[in-house]
Amino acid sequence: MAVQVCGEPFDPWQAIQSHQQNALGRLGEYGATAVFVGTMRDFNEGAQVRAMVLEHYPGMTEKHLESLCAEAQRRWEIIDTLVVHRYGSVEPGEPIVLVAAWAGHRTAAFDACRFLIEELKSRAPFWKKEALAHGERWVGRNSPG
Amino acid sequence: MPITVKYFASLREHMGREQDLLPAAEATTVAEVWHRVSDGQVLPENTLSAVNMEYVTATHPVRDGDEVAFFPPVTGG
Repeated sequence: MAVQVCGEPFDPWQAIQSHQQNALGRLGEYGATAVFVGTMRDFNEGAQVRAMVLEHYPGMTEKHLESLCAEAQRRWEIIDTLVVHRYGSVEPGEPIVLVAAWAGHRTAAFDACRFLIEELKSRAPFWKKEALAHGERWVGRNSPG
Repeated sequence: MPITVKYFASLREHMGREQDLLPAAEATTVAEVWHRVSDGQVLPENTLSAVNMEYVTATHPVRDGDEVAFFPPVTGG
């Protein structure tokens, strides 16, 4: 179970590969890996978005994400989870979030991955401020999905 | 020890500062903390609050040395 909140761009596929090599047990233990990657769009609610600043609550963010991963471990038969989330300045096309769940079978992996991203989006203390062609705005709510 | 009160995102901009220190004797609940630091303003609609990095409601008690935070709905992911 790993949670990383990082201020620099990250490669989600590299992060998965690294986690599988360094943190997971022997190959053959897991039969399913469910992955969600959220990437910054260059449009939102009818406007072009040039860039974004992601603010977070240091300490609470990590604590909250770790508690979500622990809850996923209790609710589903999963082997491990990995959550990586950006903060700071983000450009369109850059990954914002990675959620991965490893399990013996696909149902637990899919369900745990979906649970983690939905709970993260509704409760983890991050806030987006978008830079538009003219001015800035705080994002008031996440899209329904 | 005083209570540390933190603000994030649009609420930080609204308050014009990142945090306050409040003598613990001045508030016994989260709602009272907000009343003191905001000079009696109404808490903006949908504002979330946390004590020691756990979500709480406005009636939650606060004690010496607690960290209280106020922030708008979250938009991560």
